[in-house]
Amino acid sequence: MMTSTTPVKAEARNLSFFYNGGNNAVKNVSMPLYENKITALIGPSGCGKSTFLRCFNRMHDLYPGNKYEGQIIMHPDDTNILEKNVDPIEVRMRISMVFQKPNPFPKSIYENVAYGLRVRGEKNRRIVDDKVEEALKGAALWNEVKDRLQDLAFNLSGGQQQRLCIARALATDPEIMLFDEPTSALDPIATANIEELMSELRNKLTILVVTHNMQQAARVSDYTAYMYLGELIEHGETDRIFTRPTRKETEDYITGKFG
Amino acid sequence: MMNKQQTKNLNEVRAMIQRHKLNDYIFSIIGLLCLMVGLITLLTLFIDLILQGYPKLLSLSFYTDFPSRRASSAGLLSALVGSSLVMLVTFLSAVPMGVMAAIYLEEYAPKNWFSDLIEINVSNLAAVPSIIYGLLALGLFVYILDLGQSIVTAGLTLGLLILPVVIVATRESIRSIPIAIREAAYAVGATKWQVVYDHVIKYSFGGILTGVIIGMARAIGETAPIITIGALTFIAFLPPSPVTTTAPFLNFEWLSSGFTVLPIQMFSWLSRPSEAFHVNAAAAGVIIILVTLIMNGFAIRMRYKMRKNIKW
Repeated sequence: MMTSTTPVKAEARNLSFFYNGGNNAVKNVSMPLYENKITALIGPSGCGKSTFLRCFNRMHDLYPGNKYEGQIIMHPDDTNILEKNVDPIEVRMRISMVFQKPNPFPKSIYENVAYGLRVRGEKNRRIVDDKVEEALKGAALWNEVKDRLQDLAFNLSGGQQQRLCIARALATDPEIMLFDEPTSALDPIATANIEELMSELRNKLTILVVTHNMQQAARVSDYTAYMYLGELIEHGETDRIFTRPTRKETEDYITGKFG
Repeated sequence: MMNKQQTKNLNEVRAMIQRHKLNDYIFSIIGLLCLMVGLITLLTLFIDLILQGYPKLLSLSFYTDFPSRRASSAGLLSALVGSSLVMLVTFLSAVPMGVMAAIYLEEYAPKNWFSDLIEINVSNLAAVPSIIYGLLALGLFVYILDLGQSIVTAGLTLGLLILPVVIVATRESIRSIPIAIREAAYAVGATKWQVVYDHVIKYSFGGILTGVIIGMARAIGETAPIITIGALTFIAFLPPSPVTTTAPFLNFEWLSSGFTVLPIQMFSWLSRPSEAFHVNAAAAGVIIILVTLIMNGFAIRMRYKMRKNIKW
Protein backbone atom coordinates (compact mmCIF):
# COMPACT_ATOMS: atom_id res chain seq x y z
CA MET A 1 0.00 0.00 0.00
CA MET A 2 0.99 3.60 -0.63
CA THR A 3 0.57 4.44 3.04
CA SER A 4 3.34 2.23 4.28
CA THR A 5 6.00 3.56 1.92
CA THR A 6 5.22 7.29 2.07
CA PRO A 7 7.33 9.14 4.62
CA VAL A 8 5.51 10.97 7.39
CA LYS A 9 6.22 14.70 7.72
CA ALA A 10 4.33 15.28 10.94
CA GLU A 11 1.96 13.42 13.15
CA ALA A 12 -0.48 14.23 15.87
CA ARG A 13 -0.26 11.83 18.78
CA ASN A 14 -3.19 11.69 21.18
CA LEU A 15 -3.74 15.37 20.61
CA SER A 16 -6.41 17.06 22.71
CA PHE A 17 -7.12 20.75 22.83
CA PHE A 18 -9.00 22.78 25.43
CA TYR A 19 -10.13 26.34 24.89
CA ASN A 20 -9.96 28.84 27.72
CA GLY A 21 -12.97 27.88 29.79
CA GLY A 22 -12.50 24.16 29.31
CA ASN A 23 -14.28 23.46 26.01
CA ASN A 24 -12.61 20.29 24.76
CA ALA A 25 -12.60 21.01 21.03
CA VAL A 26 -10.19 18.29 19.91
CA LYS A 27 -10.30 14.89 21.58
CA ASN A 28 -7.41 12.49 21.52
CA VAL A 29 -6.67 12.72 17.81
CA SER A 30 -3.81 10.73 16.30
CA MET A 31 -3.14 11.27 12.65
CA PRO A 32 -0.17 11.43 10.24
CA LEU A 33 0.54 14.06 7.61
CA TYR A 34 2.36 12.35 4.77
CA GLU A 35 5.21 14.18 3.14
CA ASN A 36 4.40 15.99 -0.12
CA LYS A 37 0.79 14.95 0.17
CA ILE A 38 -2.39 16.87 0.71
CA THR A 39 -4.41 15.84 3.72
CA ALA A 40 -7.96 17.19 3.88
CA LEU A 41 -9.96 17.59 7.07
CA ILE A 42 -13.71 17.38 6.59
CA GLY A 43 -16.62 17.42 8.99
CA PRO A 44 -19.62 19.53 9.98
CA SER A 45 -19.18 23.05 11.41
CA GLY A 46 -17.92 23.05 14.94
CA CYS A 47 -16.38 19.58 14.71
CA GLY A 48 -12.96 20.91 15.69
CA LYS A 49 -11.22 20.70 12.32
CA SER A 50 -10.06 24.33 12.29
CA THR A 51 -9.06 24.08 15.94
CA PHE A 52 -7.01 20.99 15.10
CA LEU A 53 -5.35 22.75 12.17
CA ARG A 54 -4.46 25.79 14.28
CA CYS A 55 -2.63 23.54 16.74
CA PHE A 56 -0.01 22.94 14.04
CA ASN A 57 1.28 26.53 14.09
CA ARG A 58 0.47 27.14 17.75
CA MET A 59 -2.02 29.86 16.79
CA HIS A 60 -3.90 29.11 20.01
CA ASP A 61 -0.92 30.43 21.98
CA LEU A 62 -1.95 33.95 20.98
CA TYR A 63 -4.92 33.77 23.33
CA PRO A 64 -4.63 33.15 27.04
CA GLY A 65 -5.91 30.07 28.80
CA ASN A 66 -5.81 27.63 25.88
CA LYS A 67 -4.29 24.23 26.57
CA TYR A 68 -2.83 21.43 24.48
CA GLU A 69 -2.43 17.81 25.53
CA GLY A 70 -0.57 15.16 23.58
CA GLN A 71 2.01 15.77 20.89
CA ILE A 72 2.57 16.90 17.35
CA ILE A 73 5.83 15.36 16.21
CA MET A 74 7.58 16.91 13.24
CA HIS A 75 9.98 14.84 11.21
CA PRO A 76 12.81 14.35 10.41
CA ASP A 77 13.98 16.06 13.62
CA ASP A 78 11.28 14.47 15.80
CA THR A 79 10.51 17.76 17.53
CA ASN A 80 7.32 17.86 19.53
CA ILE A 81 6.17 21.30 18.39
CA LEU A 82 3.63 21.57 21.21
CA GLU A 83 6.28 21.31 23.89
CA LYS A 84 6.51 24.32 26.19
CA ASN A 85 10.19 24.97 25.47
CA VAL A 86 9.64 25.03 21.72
CA ASP A 87 9.02 28.65 20.78
CA PRO A 88 5.78 29.07 18.80
CA ILE A 89 7.64 31.53 16.57
CA GLU A 90 10.06 28.76 15.60
CA VAL A 91 7.08 26.56 14.75
CA ARG A 92 5.51 29.29 12.62
CA MET A 93 8.79 29.74 10.78
CA ARG A 94 8.54 26.11 9.68
CA ILE A 95 4.78 25.81 9.22
CA SER A 96 2.94 28.60 7.42
CA MET A 97 -0.74 29.23 7.13
CA VAL A 98 -3.36 30.51 4.69
CA PHE A 99 -6.56 31.77 6.26
CA GLN A 100 -10.23 31.46 5.48
CA LYS A 101 -10.68 35.00 4.25
CA PRO A 102 -7.86 36.64 2.30
CA ASN A 103 -6.06 38.81 4.85
CA PRO A 104 -3.34 40.79 3.09
CA PHE A 105 -1.69 43.60 5.03
CA PRO A 106 -2.61 47.14 4.00
CA LYS A 107 0.77 47.36 2.32
CA SER A 108 2.04 46.93 -1.22
CA ILE A 109 1.91 43.59 -3.01
CA TYR A 110 5.68 43.38 -2.74
CA GLU A 111 5.76 44.12 0.98
CA ASN A 112 3.08 41.56 1.67
CA VAL A 113 5.14 38.78 0.15
CA ALA A 114 8.40 40.09 1.60
CA TYR A 115 7.06 40.37 5.14
CA GLY A 116 8.06 36.86 6.18
CA LEU A 117 11.61 37.62 5.05
CA ARG A 118 11.66 40.97 6.82
CA VAL A 119 10.60 39.24 10.02
CA ARG A 120 13.58 36.95 9.60
CA GLY A 121 15.86 39.96 9.29
CA GLU A 122 16.66 39.53 5.60
CA LYS A 123 18.03 42.88 4.46
CA ASN A 124 19.70 41.99 1.18
CA ARG A 125 17.57 43.64 -1.47
CA ARG A 126 18.47 41.17 -4.20
CA ILE A 127 17.66 38.12 -2.12
CA VAL A 128 14.31 39.62 -1.11
CA ASP A 129 13.52 40.55 -4.72
CA ASP A 130 14.31 37.03 -5.90
CA LYS A 131 12.30 35.40 -3.14
CA VAL A 132 9.29 37.62 -3.78
CA GLU A 133 9.37 36.80 -7.47
CA GLU A 134 9.80 33.10 -6.78
CA ALA A 135 6.92 33.07 -4.27
CA LEU A 136 4.61 35.01 -6.59
CA LYS A 137 5.44 32.59 -9.40
CA GLY A 138 4.83 29.69 -7.04
CA ALA A 139 1.44 31.17 -6.21
CA ALA A 140 0.63 31.65 -9.93
CA LEU A 141 0.26 35.38 -9.43
CA TRP A 142 3.48 36.73 -10.92
CA ASN A 143 2.16 37.39 -14.43
CA GLU A 144 -0.79 39.35 -13.10
CA VAL A 145 1.13 41.59 -10.72
CA LYS A 146 4.71 41.82 -11.97
CA ASP A 147 4.16 45.32 -13.37
CA ARG A 148 2.50 46.69 -10.25
CA LEU A 149 4.33 45.23 -7.30
CA GLN A 150 4.14 48.55 -5.48
CA ASP A 151 0.33 48.70 -5.75
CA LEU A 152 -1.72 48.27 -2.63
CA ALA A 153 -2.69 44.64 -2.05
CA PHE A 154 -6.30 45.66 -1.38
CA ASN A 155 -6.65 46.62 -5.04
CA LEU A 156 -6.42 42.95 -6.07
CA SER A 157 -9.50 40.79 -6.53
CA GLY A 158 -10.50 38.32 -3.81
CA GLY A 159 -8.96 35.35 -5.61
CA GLN A 160 -5.76 37.28 -6.31
CA GLN A 161 -5.59 38.37 -2.68
CA GLN A 162 -5.82 34.77 -1.56
CA ARG A 163 -3.04 33.78 -3.95
CA LEU A 164 -1.05 36.71 -2.57
CA CYS A 165 -1.55 35.26 0.90
CA ILE A 166 -0.31 31.92 -0.41
CA ALA A 167 2.73 33.68 -1.85
CA ARG A 168 3.33 35.34 1.52
CA ALA A 169 3.16 31.95 3.21
CA LEU A 170 5.41 30.45 0.52
CA ALA A 171 8.16 33.06 0.55
CA THR A 172 9.77 31.65 3.66
CA ASP A 173 10.11 28.09 2.34
CA PRO A 174 7.88 26.38 4.88
CA GLU A 175 7.92 22.63 5.35
CA ILE A 176 4.19 22.42 5.90
CA MET A 177 1.43 24.75 4.76
CA LEU A 178 -1.90 24.92 6.54
CA PHE A 179 -5.03 26.00 4.65
CA ASP A 180 -8.05 26.91 6.74
CA GLU A 181 -11.02 26.75 4.32
CA PRO A 182 -9.02 28.76 1.79
CA THR A 183 -11.75 29.05 -0.83
CA SER A 184 -14.87 29.64 1.26
CA ALA A 185 -14.84 33.35 0.42
CA LEU A 186 -14.09 32.87 -3.29
CA ASP A 187 -16.07 32.36 -6.48
CA PRO A 188 -15.85 29.04 -8.42
CA ILE A 189 -13.18 30.23 -10.88
CA ALA A 190 -10.93 31.58 -8.13
CA THR A 191 -11.57 28.36 -6.21
CA ALA A 192 -10.45 26.26 -9.16
CA ASN A 193 -7.26 28.35 -9.40
CA ILE A 194 -6.46 27.83 -5.73
CA GLU A 195 -7.12 24.09 -5.96
CA GLU A 196 -4.82 23.77 -8.95
CA LEU A 197 -2.20 25.73 -7.08
CA MET A 198 -2.44 23.43 -4.08
CA SER A 199 -1.90 20.41 -6.28
CA GLU A 200 1.29 21.98 -7.63
CA LEU A 201 2.51 23.10 -4.21
CA ARG A 202 2.37 19.50 -3.07
CA ASN A 203 5.65 18.90 -4.89
CA LYS A 204 7.44 21.36 -2.61
CA LEU A 205 5.76 20.87 0.71
CA THR A 206 3.23 19.04 2.82
CA ILE A 207 -0.31 20.39 2.99
CA LEU A 208 -3.08 20.17 5.56
CA VAL A 209 -6.33 21.69 4.38
CA VAL A 210 -9.59 22.19 6.24
CA THR A 211 -12.58 22.30 3.95
CA HIS A 212 -16.31 22.37 4.42
CA ASN A 213 -16.67 21.29 0.82
CA MET A 214 -16.50 17.52 0.34
CA GLN A 215 -16.10 17.77 -3.43
CA GLN A 216 -13.05 19.91 -2.83
CA ALA A 217 -11.57 17.31 -0.51
CA ALA A 218 -12.27 14.64 -3.12
CA ARG A 219 -10.73 16.75 -5.89
CA VAL A 220 -7.51 17.93 -4.30
CA SER A 221 -6.50 15.69 -1.44
CA ASP A 222 -4.50 12.48 -1.24
CA TYR A 223 -5.69 11.68 2.26
CA THR A 224 -8.90 12.61 4.00
CA ALA A 225 -9.78 12.72 7.66
CA TYR A 226 -13.34 12.97 8.89
CA MET A 227 -13.84 14.66 12.24
CA TYR A 228 -16.99 14.84 14.29
CA LEU A 229 -17.49 16.48 17.72
CA GLY A 230 -13.76 16.86 18.21
CA GLU A 231 -12.96 13.24 17.46
CA LEU A 232 -11.23 11.77 14.45
CA ILE A 233 -13.72 9.29 13.05
CA GLU A 234 -11.77 8.04 10.08
CA HIS A 235 -8.55 8.78 8.23
CA GLY A 236 -7.33 7.21 5.02
CA GLU A 237 -6.60 7.64 1.34
CA THR A 238 -9.13 9.97 -0.22
CA ASP A 239 -10.20 7.48 -2.90
CA ARG A 240 -11.00 4.89 -0.31
CA ILE A 241 -12.73 7.26 2.15
CA PHE A 242 -15.06 8.46 -0.57
CA THR A 243 -15.75 5.04 -2.09
CA ARG A 244 -15.47 2.53 0.75
CA PRO A 245 -15.56 4.26 4.12
CA THR A 246 -15.21 1.78 6.95
CA ARG A 247 -17.20 3.77 9.47
CA LYS A 248 -20.93 4.22 9.18
CA GLU A 249 -20.67 7.89 10.38
CA THR A 250 -18.26 8.75 7.58
CA GLU A 251 -20.52 7.19 5.00
CA ASP A 252 -23.54 9.08 6.34
CA TYR A 253 -21.65 12.34 6.16
CA ILE A 254 -20.17 11.98 2.70
CA THR A 255 -23.41 10.70 1.21
CA GLY A 256 -25.23 13.71 2.64
CA LYS A 257 -27.45 11.79 5.06
CA PHE A 258 -26.02 13.88 7.81
CA GLY A 259 -24.37 17.24 8.20
CA MET B 1 -65.69 38.61 -4.61
CA MET B 2 -62.13 37.53 -4.09
CA ASN B 3 -60.86 40.53 -6.00
CA LYS B 4 -62.89 42.97 -3.94
CA GLN B 5 -61.61 41.46 -0.73
CA GLN B 6 -58.02 42.03 -1.85
CA THR B 7 -58.66 45.62 -2.84
CA LYS B 8 -60.14 46.38 0.52
CA ASN B 9 -57.11 44.93 2.30
CA LEU B 10 -54.75 46.92 0.15
CA ASN B 11 -56.47 50.15 1.14
CA GLU B 12 -56.16 49.21 4.78
CA VAL B 13 -52.47 48.48 4.33
CA ARG B 14 -51.95 51.84 2.66
CA ALA B 15 -53.76 53.65 5.45
CA MET B 16 -51.64 51.83 8.04
CA ILE B 17 -48.42 52.77 6.22
CA GLN B 18 -49.55 56.40 6.18
CA ARG B 19 -50.22 56.32 9.91
CA HIS B 20 -46.82 54.81 10.61
CA LYS B 21 -45.10 57.27 8.34
CA LEU B 22 -46.57 60.09 10.36
CA ASN B 23 -44.32 58.97 13.23
CA ASP B 24 -41.28 59.34 10.99
CA TYR B 25 -42.40 62.81 10.11
CA ILE B 26 -43.03 63.87 13.72
CA PHE B 27 -39.73 62.50 14.91
CA SER B 28 -37.71 64.15 12.18
CA ILE B 29 -39.16 67.53 13.15
CA ILE B 30 -38.44 67.05 16.85
CA GLY B 31 -34.93 65.84 16.07
CA LEU B 32 -34.26 68.79 13.82
CA LEU B 33 -35.43 71.18 16.52
CA CYS B 34 -33.12 69.60 19.08
CA LEU B 35 -30.22 69.89 16.67
CA MET B 36 -31.00 73.52 15.91
CA VAL B 37 -31.22 74.59 19.56
CA GLY B 38 -27.63 73.53 20.08
CA LEU B 39 -26.24 74.68 16.76
CA ILE B 40 -27.97 78.03 16.57
CA THR B 41 -27.06 78.95 20.14
CA LEU B 42 -23.38 78.24 19.52
CA LEU B 43 -23.39 79.90 16.14
CA THR B 44 -25.05 83.01 17.59
CA LEU B 45 -22.40 83.15 20.28
CA PHE B 46 -19.62 82.81 17.74
CA ILE B 47 -21.09 85.48 15.44
CA ASP B 48 -21.64 87.77 18.41
CA LEU B 49 -17.99 87.38 19.40
CA ILE B 50 -16.88 88.20 15.88
CA LEU B 51 -19.12 91.27 15.70
CA GLN B 52 -17.80 92.52 19.03
CA GLY B 53 -14.18 91.77 18.36
CA TYR B 54 -13.83 92.52 14.67
CA PRO B 55 -12.04 95.87 15.00
CA LYS B 56 -9.29 94.08 16.91
CA LEU B 57 -9.35 90.93 14.79
CA LEU B 58 -8.62 92.97 11.70
CA SER B 59 -5.75 94.94 13.14
CA LEU B 60 -2.33 93.41 12.75
CA SER B 61 -0.98 95.04 15.90
CA PHE B 62 -3.37 92.93 17.99
CA TYR B 63 -1.21 89.92 17.16
CA THR B 64 2.15 91.63 17.56
CA ASP B 65 1.63 93.70 20.70
CA PHE B 66 2.14 92.79 24.32
CA PRO B 67 -0.64 93.37 26.85
CA SER B 68 -1.05 96.96 27.90
CA ARG B 69 -2.94 99.09 30.39
CA ARG B 70 -4.55 100.82 27.45
CA ALA B 71 -7.06 98.62 25.67
CA SER B 72 -6.29 100.09 22.28
CA SER B 73 -2.66 99.05 22.31
CA ALA B 74 -3.09 95.73 24.13
CA GLY B 75 -2.20 92.66 22.05
CA LEU B 76 -2.14 88.91 22.13
CA LEU B 77 1.50 88.27 21.34
CA SER B 78 2.66 86.83 24.65
CA ALA B 79 -0.46 84.66 24.94
CA LEU B 80 -0.04 83.30 21.40
CA VAL B 81 3.59 82.45 22.00
CA GLY B 82 2.79 81.09 25.47
CA SER B 83 0.00 78.86 24.20
CA SER B 84 2.18 77.52 21.38
CA LEU B 85 5.08 76.66 23.67
CA VAL B 86 2.82 75.11 26.31
CA MET B 87 1.16 73.00 23.62
CA LEU B 88 4.59 71.88 22.40
CA VAL B 89 5.44 70.59 25.89
CA THR B 90 1.99 69.01 26.19
CA PHE B 91 2.41 67.23 22.88
CA LEU B 92 5.91 65.98 23.63
CA SER B 93 4.93 64.68 27.04
CA ALA B 94 1.47 63.23 26.45
CA VAL B 95 1.88 61.57 23.08
CA PRO B 96 4.80 59.21 23.66
CA MET B 97 3.56 58.32 27.13
CA GLY B 98 -0.05 57.85 26.09
CA VAL B 99 0.74 55.83 22.98
CA MET B 100 3.17 53.54 24.78
CA ALA B 101 0.80 53.04 27.70
CA ALA B 102 -2.02 52.18 25.32
CA ILE B 103 0.12 49.74 23.36
CA TYR B 104 1.19 48.07 26.57
CA LEU B 105 -2.38 47.78 27.81
CA GLU B 106 -3.68 46.48 24.51
CA GLU B 107 -0.87 44.18 23.40
CA TYR B 108 1.25 43.17 26.35
CA ALA B 109 -0.71 43.47 29.60
CA PRO B 110 -2.13 40.17 30.82
CA LYS B 111 -5.91 40.27 30.86
CA ASN B 112 -7.00 39.96 34.48
CA TRP B 113 -8.87 41.89 37.17
CA PHE B 114 -5.98 44.27 37.59
CA SER B 115 -5.87 45.31 33.95
CA ASP B 116 -9.65 45.67 34.03
CA LEU B 117 -9.28 47.98 37.03
CA ILE B 118 -6.69 50.07 35.20
CA GLU B 119 -8.89 50.21 32.13
CA ILE B 120 -11.88 51.52 34.08
CA ASN B 121 -9.74 54.09 35.84
CA VAL B 122 -8.13 55.38 32.67
CA SER B 123 -11.59 56.11 31.32
CA ASN B 124 -12.52 57.74 34.61
CA LEU B 125 -9.42 59.93 34.53
CA ALA B 126 -10.66 61.45 31.29
CA ALA B 127 -13.70 62.70 33.19
CA VAL B 128 -11.86 64.22 36.17
CA PRO B 129 -12.48 68.00 36.30
CA SER B 130 -9.48 69.89 35.02
CA ILE B 131 -9.08 72.00 38.15
CA ILE B 132 -8.20 68.80 40.03
CA TYR B 133 -5.31 68.35 37.61
CA GLY B 134 -4.35 71.92 38.42
CA LEU B 135 -4.19 71.14 42.13
CA LEU B 136 -2.17 68.00 41.47
CA ALA B 137 0.24 69.97 39.32
CA LEU B 138 0.57 72.73 41.90
CA GLY B 139 1.57 70.16 44.50
CA LEU B 140 3.72 67.96 42.28
CA PHE B 141 5.35 70.17 39.67
CA VAL B 142 5.45 73.53 41.46
CA TYR B 143 6.20 72.54 45.05
CA ILE B 144 7.73 69.05 45.06
CA LEU B 145 9.64 69.11 41.76
CA ASP B 146 10.20 72.87 42.03
CA LEU B 147 9.59 73.52 38.35
CA GLY B 148 8.08 76.90 39.14
CA GLN B 149 5.09 78.60 37.59
CA SER B 150 6.56 78.01 34.20
CA ILE B 151 5.86 76.80 30.70
CA VAL B 152 7.11 73.32 31.50
CA THR B 153 4.75 73.07 34.48
CA ALA B 154 1.79 74.16 32.39
CA GLY B 155 2.73 71.87 29.52
CA LEU B 156 3.12 68.85 31.77
CA THR B 157 -0.16 69.64 33.54
CA LEU B 158 -2.07 69.79 30.30
CA GLY B 159 -0.14 66.70 29.17
CA LEU B 160 -1.49 64.83 32.19
CA LEU B 161 -4.92 66.20 31.44
CA ILE B 162 -5.02 64.83 27.91
CA LEU B 163 -3.10 61.63 28.67
CA PRO B 164 -6.31 59.62 29.24
CA VAL B 165 -7.76 60.99 26.00
CA VAL B 166 -4.65 59.88 24.09
CA ILE B 167 -4.68 56.46 25.77
CA VAL B 168 -8.35 55.84 25.07
CA ALA B 169 -8.11 57.02 21.44
CA THR B 170 -5.01 54.91 20.83
CA ARG B 171 -6.57 51.81 22.34
CA GLU B 172 -9.71 52.21 20.27
CA SER B 173 -7.66 52.66 17.16
CA ILE B 174 -5.57 49.59 17.96
CA ARG B 175 -8.67 47.54 18.64
CA SER B 176 -10.13 48.36 15.26
CA ILE B 177 -7.33 46.39 13.58
CA PRO B 178 -8.93 43.06 12.62
CA ILE B 179 -7.77 39.91 14.34
CA ALA B 180 -7.18 38.40 10.89
CA ILE B 181 -4.43 40.94 10.19
CA ARG B 182 -2.66 40.24 13.48
CA GLU B 183 -2.93 36.51 12.95
CA ALA B 184 -1.54 36.90 9.44
CA ALA B 185 1.52 38.63 10.89
CA TYR B 186 1.99 36.12 13.68
CA ALA B 187 1.53 33.24 11.24
CA VAL B 188 4.65 34.17 9.27
CA GLY B 189 6.65 34.11 12.50
CA ALA B 190 6.56 37.69 13.72
CA THR B 191 7.26 38.45 17.36
CA LYS B 192 4.92 40.62 19.38
CA TRP B 193 7.16 43.63 18.93
CA GLN B 194 7.34 43.09 15.16
CA VAL B 195 3.56 42.93 15.03
CA VAL B 196 3.31 46.11 17.08
CA TYR B 197 5.97 48.00 15.16
CA ASP B 198 5.23 46.85 11.60
CA HIS B 199 1.45 46.73 11.84
CA VAL B 200 -0.31 47.95 14.96
CA ILE B 201 1.35 51.36 15.18
CA LYS B 202 1.23 51.96 11.45
CA TYR B 203 -2.41 51.04 10.93
CA SER B 204 -3.64 52.88 14.02
CA PHE B 205 -1.63 56.03 13.30
CA GLY B 206 -4.61 57.93 11.90
CA GLY B 207 -6.74 57.18 14.94
CA ILE B 208 -3.93 58.04 17.35
CA LEU B 209 -3.34 61.35 15.61
CA THR B 210 -7.02 62.17 15.73
CA GLY B 211 -7.14 61.47 19.45
CA VAL B 212 -4.02 63.55 20.05
CA ILE B 213 -5.33 66.54 18.14
CA ILE B 214 -8.73 66.42 19.83
CA GLY B 215 -6.96 66.22 23.18
CA MET B 216 -4.76 69.19 22.27
CA ALA B 217 -7.78 71.14 21.10
CA ARG B 218 -9.28 70.59 24.52
CA ALA B 219 -6.05 71.53 26.26
CA ILE B 220 -5.57 74.79 24.41
CA GLY B 221 -8.81 76.16 25.81
CA GLU B 222 -8.19 74.99 29.37
CA THR B 223 -8.07 77.81 31.90
CA ALA B 224 -8.69 76.37 35.34
CA PRO B 225 -5.58 74.22 35.79
CA ILE B 226 -3.36 76.95 34.39
CA ILE B 227 -4.76 79.50 36.83
CA THR B 228 -4.30 77.00 39.64
CA ILE B 229 -0.61 76.60 38.99
CA GLY B 230 -0.34 80.36 38.98
CA ALA B 231 0.15 81.55 35.43
CA LEU B 232 0.62 85.29 35.15
CA THR B 233 -1.98 87.44 33.49
CA PHE B 234 0.22 90.31 32.49
CA ILE B 235 3.27 89.28 30.54
CA ALA B 236 5.12 91.94 28.65
CA PHE B 237 8.01 89.82 27.49
CA LEU B 238 8.58 86.71 25.44
CA PRO B 239 10.25 83.55 26.74
CA PRO B 240 13.75 82.97 25.37
CA SER B 241 13.56 81.50 21.89
CA PRO B 242 13.77 77.70 21.75
CA VAL B 243 15.89 77.96 18.61
CA THR B 244 19.11 79.93 18.52
CA THR B 245 21.46 80.96 15.77
CA THR B 246 24.52 79.56 17.49
CA ALA B 247 25.34 75.92 18.20
CA PRO B 248 23.73 73.78 19.56
CA PHE B 249 20.82 75.76 18.07
CA LEU B 250 18.47 74.62 20.82
CA ASN B 251 17.81 76.46 24.02
CA PHE B 252 15.81 75.15 26.92
CA GLU B 253 15.60 78.27 29.06
CA TRP B 254 12.12 78.94 27.72
CA LEU B 255 10.87 75.95 29.65
CA SER B 256 11.28 77.70 32.99
CA SER B 257 10.02 81.06 31.79
CA GLY B 258 6.85 82.70 33.05
CA PHE B 259 4.03 82.77 30.55
CA THR B 260 0.41 83.39 29.81
CA VAL B 261 -1.93 81.55 27.49
CA LEU B 262 -4.86 82.57 25.29
CA PRO B 263 -7.75 81.70 27.61
CA ILE B 264 -6.08 83.41 30.56
CA GLN B 265 -5.43 86.50 28.52
CA MET B 266 -9.05 86.49 27.51
CA PHE B 267 -10.17 86.01 31.10
CA SER B 268 -7.96 88.84 32.29
CA TRP B 269 -9.38 91.26 29.73
CA LEU B 270 -12.88 90.14 30.50
CA SER B 271 -12.49 90.90 34.19
CA ARG B 272 -11.56 94.52 33.52
CA PRO B 273 -14.30 97.04 34.12
CA SER B 274 -13.44 99.04 31.02
CA GLU B 275 -15.75 98.30 28.09
CA ALA B 276 -12.87 98.71 25.64
CA PHE B 277 -11.12 95.65 26.97
CA HIS B 278 -14.19 93.55 26.25
CA VAL B 279 -13.54 94.03 22.56
CA ASN B 280 -10.12 92.48 23.11
CA ALA B 281 -11.67 89.61 25.06
CA ALA B 282 -14.16 88.90 22.27
CA ALA B 283 -11.37 88.93 19.71
CA ALA B 284 -9.29 86.55 21.83
CA GLY B 285 -12.33 84.28 22.13
CA VAL B 286 -12.67 84.15 18.36
CA ILE B 287 -9.00 83.25 18.05
CA ILE B 288 -9.35 80.39 20.57
CA ILE B 289 -12.41 79.03 18.77
CA LEU B 290 -10.67 79.31 15.40
CA VAL B 291 -7.58 77.49 16.63
CA THR B 292 -9.76 74.73 18.05
CA LEU B 293 -11.79 74.46 14.84
CA ILE B 294 -8.66 74.37 12.72
CA MET B 295 -7.18 71.61 14.88
CA ASN B 296 -10.36 69.55 14.70
CA GLY B 297 -10.59 70.07 10.97
CA PHE B 298 -7.01 68.94 10.62
CA ALA B 299 -7.82 65.85 12.72
CA ILE B 300 -10.73 64.93 10.47
CA ARG B 301 -8.65 65.47 7.35
CA MET B 302 -5.77 63.33 8.70
CA ARG B 303 -8.12 60.54 9.70
CA TYR B 304 -9.67 60.54 6.26
CA LYS B 305 -6.27 60.49 4.58
CA MET B 306 -4.85 57.77 6.79
CA ARG B 307 -7.85 55.50 6.44
CA LYS B 308 -8.09 55.82 2.69
CA ASN B 309 -5.65 52.98 2.15
CA ILE B 310 -6.91 50.85 5.00
CA LYS B 311 -10.23 49.15 4.44
CA TRP B 312 -11.79 47.25 7.28
